[in-house]
Amino acid sequence: MVSYAVEAVGLRVRRGGGDVLHGLDFTVTRGSVTGLLGPSGGGKTTLMRAVVGVQKGVRGHLTVLGERAGSPSLRARIGYVTQSPAVYADLSVRANLDYFAALLGAGARVNSVLRDVALHDVADQVVGSLSGGQRARVSLAAALLGCPDLLVLDEPTVGLDPVLRRDLWAIFGDLAATGTTLLVSSHVMDEAVRCDRLLLLRDGRLVADDTLNGLLVRTGTSDAEAAFLALAEGPCS
Amino acid sequence: MSARATLATARRVGLQLRGDRRTVALLFVVPVALLVLLRYVFNDAPATFDRIGGPLLALFPFTTMFLVTSVAMLRERTSGTLERLLSMPIGKGDLLTGYALAFGIVAVVQTGLASALALGPLGLDVAGSASLVVLLAVLNALLGTALGLLLSAFARTEFQAVQFLPAVVLPQALLCGLFAPRAAMAVPLRWLSDVFPLTYAVDGMQRVAASPDVSSRLLLDVGVIVGCVLLFVALGAATLPRRSR
Repeated sequence: MVSYAVEAVGLRVRRGGGDVLHGLDFTVTRGSVTGLLGPSGGGKTTLMRAVVGVQKGVRGHLTVLGERAGSPSLRARIGYVTQSPAVYADLSVRANLDYFAALLGAGARVNSVLRDVALHDVADQVVGSLSGGQRARVSLAAALLGCPDLLVLDEPTVGLDPVLRRDLWAIFGDLAATGTTLLVSSHVMDEAVRCDRLLLLRDGRLVADDTLNGLLVRTGTSDAEAAFLALAEGPCS
Repeated sequence: MSARATLATARRVGLQLRGDRRTVALLFVVPVALLVLLRYVFNDAPATFDRIGGPLLALFPFTTMFLVTSVAMLRERTSGTLERLLSMPIGKGDLLTGYALAFGIVAVVQTGLASALALGPLGLDVAGSASLVVLLAVLNALLGTALGLLLSAFARTEFQAVQFLPAVVLPQALLCGLFAPRAAMAVPLRWLSDVFPLTYAVDGMQRVAASPDVSSRLLLDVGVIVGCVLLFVALGAATLPRRSR
């Protein structure tokens, strides 16, 4: 058993002639919820893509679930939810999940996942006719099908109402409690409260790798938003 | 290669098509309608209809399948679902073969309908066997599908994908020997014609129409088409990088 779900040493990503990530060192503990925060354009999505193994130009050491990031054997063990829902808008919710489940050999899980994300009532509706929040949940459901060991979620709650956000975070908490590791990017600071650990990324550099309390103490602020602003606008540490 | 992933993909693509009734209707009705049109354009020249009817039976499915497949695959690329699939346990070959299988089945129905109409009520006179006509037409549909899968990699928008039709299909149609005999073309054009796969499809149809024998040249035509289908699918798989951006 390897203790870290993700271990990065000197992680760099080169894109379009320049570095987007400038040598990051961090770890993500198994069974934890790690929040990836930072201003947009700071490299959050690139970092997540590198972990999932779909990013080009990755240098340095990046180990995911004990294997080199991007190893074919990891494809069945990582669930990845992109920022915009990556599902077929012209198929029903169920047809979407049936297809992804067939690829994962997880056909028996479609119904329970539909209930987990509260979409069982609209399972037979075409995805294109659903609201943005529902579509986002279809995309999340597809990633949950294979019972992944690591779930990488890129802004999963963007555009969702507070009730849905709360429900999704409850799901994330349940998953972490059963041993799933979650790496979640967000720009909603009150979600930082839900994370065991926070990585704050700015201009491709890690400006904080701490718990929320640690961040508050370090920045002398009283809430996540203020700590974020202090770190996002302050000098690099 | 995984049969499960291939069949699941074919089923999923089929479901997507089935949801788009108008496209399905156009796929099946347009070739039939064009053949009827052609038959009466050459009302007083049945020999001309016999000469070009067979090759057109190959050209229609090639064109429509090319168009439909390239747009369908482009959607997969632009909707984010391709990226999701490439991060999942599915081979690139499985994905493309699944597409080819789904559109191949559509092509069998499409060409079956068009051939039945042409050889039956429209009275297209073919010396060779009708099953060879259908086989060549289906192979051509697969050729269009494979080429569409490959060329979708070079289009960023659906506008661009549609423009590939005049850019890629029309030159092949012009040089395939249907509109003018290849022997009468300028030499460089004949060379070009030699490397265009559609040339072999039309040549094959012309041979089936002219003679009941299965000549070695006909077998060569079939071999070239099958080879091109496999080549285009393999090249198409190479245009799907697991890592991008």
